[in-house]
Amino acid sequence: MGSLLLNSILLLGSVGLVAASVLFFVAKKFYVYENPKIDEVDDVLPSANCGGCGFPGCRAFAEATVGATDLEELFCPVGGNETMKAVAKILGLEVVEKGPMVAVLRCNGSNENSPKKINYDGVSSCLSAHSMYAGEGGCPFGCLKLDDCVRVCDFDALKMDAKTGLPVVDEKKCTACGACVDICPRNIYELRPIGKQSKRVYVACLNTEKGAIAKKNCAVACIGCNKCVKVYDSGGAVVMKGLLSYISPQVDVENQGGYLVGSCPTNAIMGINVEAKKLPPKKKPSKPKEKES
Amino acid sequence: MELKTFKKGGIHPEENKLSVSAPIESLAPPAIVSIPISQHIGAPSKPLVKKGDEVKVGTPIAEMSSFISAFIHSSVSGTVSKIDDVVDSSGLRKQAIIIKTDGDTWEKSIDRSPELKKNFTLDASEIIEKVKKAGIVGLGGATFPSYVKLMVPKGKKAFAVVINGVECEPYLTSDHRIMLEKTDEILVGVSLIMKATNLKKAIIGIENNKPDAISIMRTKAKNFEGIEILPLKVMYPQGAEKQLIQAVTGKEVPAGGLPIDVGAVIFNVGTAFAIYEAVQKKKPLVERVVTVTGKAIPKPSNLLCRIGTPVANLLEQAGGSLENAGKIINGGPMMGKALVTPDVPITKGTSGILVMPKELATRKKESPCIRCAKCVTVCPMVLEPYLLSRLGRKYLWERFEVEKGMNCFECGSCSFTCPANIPLLDYIRVGKTEVGRIIRSRK
Repeated sequence: MGSLLLNSILLLGSVGLVAASVLFFVAKKFYVYENPKIDEVDDVLPSANCGGCGFPGCRAFAEATVGATDLEELFCPVGGNETMKAVAKILGLEVVEKGPMVAVLRCNGSNENSPKKINYDGVSSCLSAHSMYAGEGGCPFGCLKLDDCVRVCDFDALKMDAKTGLPVVDEKKCTACGACVDICPRNIYELRPIGKQSKRVYVACLNTEKGAIAKKNCAVACIGCNKCVKVYDSGGAVVMKGLLSYISPQVDVENQGGYLVGSCPTNAIMGINVEAKKLPPKKKPSKPKEKES
Repeated sequence: MELKTFKKGGIHPEENKLSVSAPIESLAPPAIVSIPISQHIGAPSKPLVKKGDEVKVGTPIAEMSSFISAFIHSSVSGTVSKIDDVVDSSGLRKQAIIIKTDGDTWEKSIDRSPELKKNFTLDASEIIEKVKKAGIVGLGGATFPSYVKLMVPKGKKAFAVVINGVECEPYLTSDHRIMLEKTDEILVGVSLIMKATNLKKAIIGIENNKPDAISIMRTKAKNFEGIEILPLKVMYPQGAEKQLIQAVTGKEVPAGGLPIDVGAVIFNVGTAFAIYEAVQKKKPLVERVVTVTGKAIPKPSNLLCRIGTPVANLLEQAGGSLENAGKIINGGPMMGKALVTPDVPITKGTSGILVMPKELATRKKESPCIRCAKCVTVCPMVLEPYLLSRLGRKYLWERFEVEKGMNCFECGSCSFTCPANIPLLDYIRVGKTEVGRIIRSRK
């Protein structure tokens, strides 16, 4: 009885010893050097693996940062500046701070503004609907009101509003990873700076058709009337691209945002936390034409 | 003897050929036509006319803008009222030439007499030139410019002309009626194609559900040298070019290849008739036969109508009101596309207008996949639709390409067969659109 116990301990122990030594030698022989900083960087990253940085996942981003000489092109939108500071500290590099961004939906063709003209009963996929037809409201540029963007959002930041039919971005949850920007077949999403006190002004329309046609399909379409360009009088932040106005993220929201919102005859300019203001009747604006084709 | 068909997959939906006994009627030219400048595969044509120009029936109004493009001719006589964007069948706005009709004057050169002109002395290049100038494109629905197909590329060797008289789509009967009523003309057209491609053999494939067409074509084909009529087993999608070539010749067109790779030159019977008219009667492609049918249509008909006629006019002629209409479909029930409005014009590729009543137009409720593999069995391209559809739904484009999703030609057999009513094709189409874009961006 005693020898049985002893024999098994000896046998199993020696098997273990042989295996351990083999493993030890193999590990030494085939050792792959990996910069220990990759692990350190990987640890401070959010592990969301969303791909918002442009790399396949957090590990790939960590490898890229460790190999990089500066952090100019590398930014983790989910972790933001805090994370990037930690990464820079590990690597001993200069941190490049970026303002927080948020995805904005550049379409306001809600069920009310752009009523249903036809019934779509195909699959619930914007990609499918976009390849087939213009949309239930008739606008070939507007939101299709299906939910591809909601499905790709890893951060639960998008919800479909049952009343308007449009997706709503939750500013607090949005990390500006860009998944919705990539999936939207009509490129309606744009990543814009979140703005001071969350104040943002942008043109919520992408329709480049002539005013009359655009207006037929949607009450809040940009008709290319040029009024916003005339109201805004400093340095090319508001431009006409064909028959569509574009307000660049560099716009002076604090001082002029309200006037921009107020100037739009079709309410195509959306002001988030910005009150619409009418410009007092004043001298003819001396702004030179900023037409781009 | 067992009838031939293609080897893999295929289904046999209810045929519903409601309009089969309705002879082809001419539809009067509408008050206004809008003729899109892009009715074919390839580059849009370039308008030759401007606002206020007087045109007659057959006047060229747009010319080819590249090698793969087509001439477009006025289908009515009158004045060009404007060149503007009009809503097309998908609800998007596309450029079109709008002509206001005034009388019905034809170009003098066009021979409108009904008599058959059987003999021709033209050589191959003259025939090809006439086909090109007449703006003829494949009338089966793919609308590929016909003159390009007539020019067999150097280094390739063709051995036979294959003519598509299959009409495998349920409901549609326009090709069937043309075969019955314009038999001799089609056969002369086929002879012209044989002459242009320098081939001695032509095979006309007709499905066995059209015995009257087979017998009349057989009797008359005896007067023509080298034309053979081949009855085929009824099987959808036999009208697809790769499937038809396999059924007729037994050869398989390689994936991504063209019919000419296996030595076949393939045309639709409607195209053969249009080629006859273009070459022998000098008549450009200004009208075509459209089947107006469906269970919501009181008088299913086959109408010879001008290109650019609004769909609404055809529905009116067939006695259809839109009250019970659930969907108006451009094409057949399998591959056709629902229209967003009945005001869209008939184009060169419109073979039928199908009006489905409300009760038939709605989709059935989807339930989970039970892995029965029926979709795999019926796929004529030997793909795995359940997998491709899942990949399309999950945005897995790389795998979609690996699984040969791009070989799908959207016949819809998988969705039709699925006992769980899964919209397989819709998601495969999503994958095809996205993967196609990725492939193009690589170049």
